[in-house]
Amino acid sequence: MAELKPVGNASAREELPTLLEMRGISKNFPGVQALRAVDFAVKRGEVVGLLGENGAGKSTLMKILTGVYRPDGGELLWDGRPLHFETIREAQEHGISIIFQELNNCPNLSALENLFLGREVKTRTGLLDFGAMRERARVIFERLDINLDLKIPVGRLSTAIQQMIEIAKALLSEVRLLIMDEPTSSLSTRETEKLFQVMAELKDKGIAVIFISHKLEEVFRVTDRIVVLRDGENAGTLDPKLATTDQLIALMVGREMKDFFSARKLKASREVVFSVEGLSGPPFIHDVSFDLRRGEILGFAGLIGAGRTETARLLIGAARKTAGRVLLDGREVTLTSPKAAVAKGIAYLPEDRKVQALILGMTMRENVTLAVHRLLRKLLLILDRKKETAIAEDSIRSLDIRVSSAEQVVRNLSGGNQQKVVIAKWLAAKPRILILDEPTRGIDVHAKSEVHRIVAELADSGVSIILVSSELPEILALADRVLVMHEGGVKAILPRAGLTQAAIMSAVFGPSQQEAQ
Amino acid sequence: METSNLPTRIARSLMRGRESAILLALLLIMAGITIFAPNFMSGENLYLISRQISFVAIVAIGELFVILTGGIDLSVGSVMGLAGVAAAGAMKFGFDPILATLFGLLVGLAIGAINGALIAYVRIAPFIVTLAMLSFARGLILILTEGWPITQIPKSFLPIGQNDFLSLPIPLWIMIIAAVVAWFFLTKTAFGRRTYAIGGNEQATFLSGINVNGIKFRLYMISSLCAALVGVILVARFNSAQADTGTGWELDAIAAAVIGGTSLMGGVGSVLGVLIGAAIMGVIRNGLVLMMVSPYYQTAIIGVIIVLAAVLDRVKSSRQA
Repeated sequence: MAELKPVGNASAREELPTLLEMRGISKNFPGVQALRAVDFAVKRGEVVGLLGENGAGKSTLMKILTGVYRPDGGELLWDGRPLHFETIREAQEHGISIIFQELNNCPNLSALENLFLGREVKTRTGLLDFGAMRERARVIFERLDINLDLKIPVGRLSTAIQQMIEIAKALLSEVRLLIMDEPTSSLSTRETEKLFQVMAELKDKGIAVIFISHKLEEVFRVTDRIVVLRDGENAGTLDPKLATTDQLIALMVGREMKDFFSARKLKASREVVFSVEGLSGPPFIHDVSFDLRRGEILGFAGLIGAGRTETARLLIGAARKTAGRVLLDGREVTLTSPKAAVAKGIAYLPEDRKVQALILGMTMRENVTLAVHRLLRKLLLILDRKKETAIAEDSIRSLDIRVSSAEQVVRNLSGGNQQKVVIAKWLAAKPRILILDEPTRGIDVHAKSEVHRIVAELADSGVSIILVSSELPEILALADRVLVMHEGGVKAILPRAGLTQAAIMSAVFGPSQQEAQ
Repeated sequence: METSNLPTRIARSLMRGRESAILLALLLIMAGITIFAPNFMSGENLYLISRQISFVAIVAIGELFVILTGGIDLSVGSVMGLAGVAAAGAMKFGFDPILATLFGLLVGLAIGAINGALIAYVRIAPFIVTLAMLSFARGLILILTEGWPITQIPKSFLPIGQNDFLSLPIPLWIMIIAAVVAWFFLTKTAFGRRTYAIGGNEQATFLSGINVNGIKFRLYMISSLCAALVGVILVARFNSAQADTGTGWELDAIAAAVIGGTSLMGGVGSVLGVLIGAAIMGVIRNGLVLMMVSPYYQTAIIGVIIVLAAVLDRVKSSRQA
């Protein structure tokens, strides 16, 4: 599982004809030059990695390609002919498909209905031809090697399966260029493998892929060429077979970053502050037990859907446990709601910051103080505005949050800064136990390393941290011990010393070894 | 900032806020009506409009609390009627007007509690719960009164609907007090901040350790209380409790909120906006009468105004994005 094999055969790509060429593309937004004379080309059957920090111009470039934006300068050649797509639909008709990071489906419609949304197959009388659609869907899912009940509303399927349906949708149209924006950010390792296999098949059929990802090892593994953007300009192109991660990061951030993913020093174990014994609850969590020590980072590893988020929700009372005990300082506590958990000093940073953590229309100040209203009362009722601003400005300084002021609305912040606002909210509440669920998902490398630094500092200051992450390097860099979950139960709790990604993955699929503390 | 006096600060915040556009619209409408019906600006007419507006505005302020969380309260019209019947009935049975008023308000609170409990704790959609309550409360009125008005209201009760204080109608003063209290709670307290937060992102608010259900429960009580208050005052205003009092008022209250810039998705809206929204509707209705436009046109024109307000809001928010 851990060794990375190159996918597909890239040897013959030099002779492949160019499919897409974008020359000197520029784009201005009020006050910002988003792109400045950017060149970008893709050959048939080539997998091109498009990288850059958030705000480097990747999405703007893709939006120009797919007809969402019109460029202010430059030209686009499709199959050697100059062309400009006016709408996404027009781009689709020429064979360009885009799979977004966030799922764009109708959760109440079935897989089949989603698949054919907007291009339904009809009978001669104008009615939907379910037979023909089912048959075509069956062929596609067979090709993707997915066994799926087409009648289930997609909202009830796992994120990974929903992602696969998006890919199936792209395959359904005569796709020639597939753009994948962070396709693996919500996939488990095994599902990611599946996706890469499909990519290799597409490549063999001459379909080109633009692969956008913050997961650098994946980029190195699947791409034939890596194009890096920085501040809206071409920063350089790398050959993944020759380049190193450090070189790539240096191109992206414009400087060397030695401390990226450097492992945190292990801490001598201290007293147990938080114990979970035999925790069970919906939907399928059973018999989860572990201890958490003061100042410890306990990594939660496992596949997507292993039950890590669900366990966290039970711990903070967002869902009701059916069995088990939770002890804080050796005393049993009943946690029936997040409110009770916060009052006991247990905080939860959810995995999806926009959906579960931020009030996007509110200011940075209002978001940061959301969990500490009880500390801000004056004259019984009134929220003390001065204290609020002080807390907000404090966290701007200590977490280096890039905002124009504490009154900036968080909707307009970059992903990394938004995540820092969520972290600031919980730091203001001064938790003793902090549960972080995918704290660096979808943020750029620079912000990521900053979040890692903050998490390590918190642990050093005595906060006990549960770190749920699907990125094994992140867990290996930060955690003191790693709890491995699989199908709702604990598979193993492993010490960090000498631990490898391969060892974690074999614990996932191996026999239970929970006594190995 | 610190040196400027209160009026300039208010004026400045008006210019900056979302309310500036609709305030301008209100002034333009008033100017337009004055051209065609000069008696619009007469003291007597403004007095009549202000009293009419204050009733709708109080109901709409209650509705605002609920809409801010992304909910809706369709039962306010029926609650007005039921509270009025309860208060008038109590007086008929010989209760003191003050006790009868409290009884009317209590009936409102009780209905709000039922709405709130079904919405927050049983998790039924607000639209369905309050639609059912609209029907149920109106039915209760008809059962209790058999469709007959309750008359013989004690004289000592009538001033809150009919008299003046400092030459302004008492209902207007009640509206001003209600608006100031609502503004205070929405902008200065944790309760208000949490109300906006629920409308902005309910899940995030819940996961931040806030008792979302408890707040929603209380918000529906506030909405019903405001409606009941107006229902009781209207008994004094008309010297009787009618079985059809409040019919259709939920639409006026929601319209006032929407015209005032309140988002039905939740999270966006202000007391000032609602007051201006109610004023726009009141002024247009009054202006059309003064300009001798057939009353049949009024309802249609209010519909046009609602859409215009929504379009205006759309244009403003897309320019911000």
